[in-house]
Amino acid sequence: MKKQTKRILNICIIALAIVFLYWLNANTSKQGMLVAILQKSAILAIAAVSMNLLNGFTGLFSLGQAGFMSIGAYVTSILVIPAENLNGIYYMTGVNQGLLNFRMAMANCPPWVQSFFPFLAILAGGLAAALFAALIGMPVLRLKSDYLAIATLGFSEIIRAVFSSPQMDSITNGSYGLKSVPNFPEMAGGLIPSLVTPFLIAAICILLMVLLINSSYGRAFKSIREDEIAAEAMGVNLLKHKELAFTASSFFTAVAGGLLAMYMRSIEAKTFSIALTYDILLIVVIGGIGSVSGSILSAFLVTAGKEWWLRFFDTPLYIGTWQAPLFRTGFRMVIFSILLMVVVLFYRRGLMGTNEFSWQGIMRFPQWFRRKFLKRKGAPPKGGDDT
Amino acid sequence: MNLLSVKNLKVNYGGIEALKGISFDVNDGEIVTLIGANGAGKSTTLRAISGLAPISGGSIVYKGAPLPKTDPQKVVHNGITLAPEGRRVFPNLTTLENLKVGAYLRKDEEGIKKDIQYVYSLFPRLEERHWQMAGTLSGGEQQMLAVGRALMAKPKLIMMDEPSLGLAPLVVKDIFAIIKQINSEGVTVLLIEQNANAALKIAHRGYVLETGRITLTGTGMELFTNELVKQAYLGAAKKE
Repeated sequence: MKKQTKRILNICIIALAIVFLYWLNANTSKQGMLVAILQKSAILAIAAVSMNLLNGFTGLFSLGQAGFMSIGAYVTSILVIPAENLNGIYYMTGVNQGLLNFRMAMANCPPWVQSFFPFLAILAGGLAAALFAALIGMPVLRLKSDYLAIATLGFSEIIRAVFSSPQMDSITNGSYGLKSVPNFPEMAGGLIPSLVTPFLIAAICILLMVLLINSSYGRAFKSIREDEIAAEAMGVNLLKHKELAFTASSFFTAVAGGLLAMYMRSIEAKTFSIALTYDILLIVVIGGIGSVSGSILSAFLVTAGKEWWLRFFDTPLYIGTWQAPLFRTGFRMVIFSILLMVVVLFYRRGLMGTNEFSWQGIMRFPQWFRRKFLKRKGAPPKGGDDT
Repeated sequence: MNLLSVKNLKVNYGGIEALKGISFDVNDGEIVTLIGANGAGKSTTLRAISGLAPISGGSIVYKGAPLPKTDPQKVVHNGITLAPEGRRVFPNLTTLENLKVGAYLRKDEEGIKKDIQYVYSLFPRLEERHWQMAGTLSGGEQQMLAVGRALMAKPKLIMMDEPSLGLAPLVVKDIFAIIKQINSEGVTVLLIEQNANAALKIAHRGYVLETGRITLTGTGMELFTNELVKQAYLGAAKKE
């Protein structure tokens, strides 16, 4: 396929997506469910791609995602909750005086400066997590495979425990959590409505990660994944690149965490338990370890499947007067788990394997489909047993 | 001119002395081979020079200055590369990506492009398969890739660890012809081989390594005709 055709198709897809988002924005009230699902998917897509950057492209099996997301979520929330609400939220212990003064100073800035604060808050969350990752990376990244997973899991739980501890009450509001986090901010004075913001941020983050993966750093990451000794013999500094991948991945994970806080409007430490890490890991595995487009695709499929498409399994089903058994709250998760097992059994390497989305791939799809499912049609194979 | 000079090199692996103090020299423009049986310490020597194995004694002098220890980046940067044992290409990267990783420490885009073409001219098979995952290449092609990848760092000295391992005799012949060609274009080669027959034929000088010690040394031809070497390593040579 010609390069120009591809470019035209890409522009068409992006234009369609933009039109679709603005249409959603005009019909928010009717399409509430769809908006919620798509936004959550976009946020989880950032987290999944950043986990893939680490697990799929650098070969570092880390399970610290929830911890880094919680850093992003807390830092962002603390910085964006309206200053006048702070005393109401920290009603148990009161707000830390330094924090309150800082927030008051922020509230006194001119409005055009204030319109940047939500983005700076998300950025601050990311940077805080990146700093933390760089610090724990030095000891932790010397570990290999399972041990690395255990160590990062441990740190993730430590972060959660620290955030919910009574000693942190005046900053994180301990186990009460933070409420009244404002919704996604608008951009460019309302030109980009708040509904579109998470998609735009997700697109920017994923684009940055793709650029990183395709750079010479990305090649070094992949060579580390493939063979550490050979990579070292080629002059790739193992620790430096592992540290870079870990820090970058944590940064983007925390950005996803900050967006998640804005999406949920209230956070508590319990949200960021190990279950969240597994949700992201699930998306990565289903999409294909080592495929960015697979992670994005599966973020949408998994979220929609879990939260929306399978909902009807949760409501009682009547056929005539006969009530079908099993259809009750929670049955959806049983079906979801069965579907997962089916996917894992038949697509061992995930939906996309290590392939990326390409227009050629789409064009070849009918051929592939014919080969795979309609083999029996047509001429019998030569030299078969029946001759 | 003396390019690399190893003096009394000792390496310990978990209490076992793999190298018990070996000394040898590699002169500029030579092919030098270390031959020896399994476990003689050949691979350990190369790993020690490239900074992958910890050195417990002795010195490695390169271009008149001591080589930084256990710092593979500096070693590669100084112009010494290793085509490791068992090829160790990156299986899930394409041939081209493998070559690009080989040039990782270089920043001159133009030079890298030129050297990729140079490697392709040495191994036309690699150009045909530049888009293919290295894991799907045949053994011989993977060895070509390993050598090509090591050349991408623009080395003064290229160290090859058993380039004939597990390859058909005809392919081995090709590889050795290429090694000679690379050498004639100005790259010094330190070659490690179990296939002493082939290695000694192309080498200017050779050393025989036995359980961590150098026991014999001489020019390639001297060793090739040496009775002891014939008996121990050149089983096939007896029939001639």
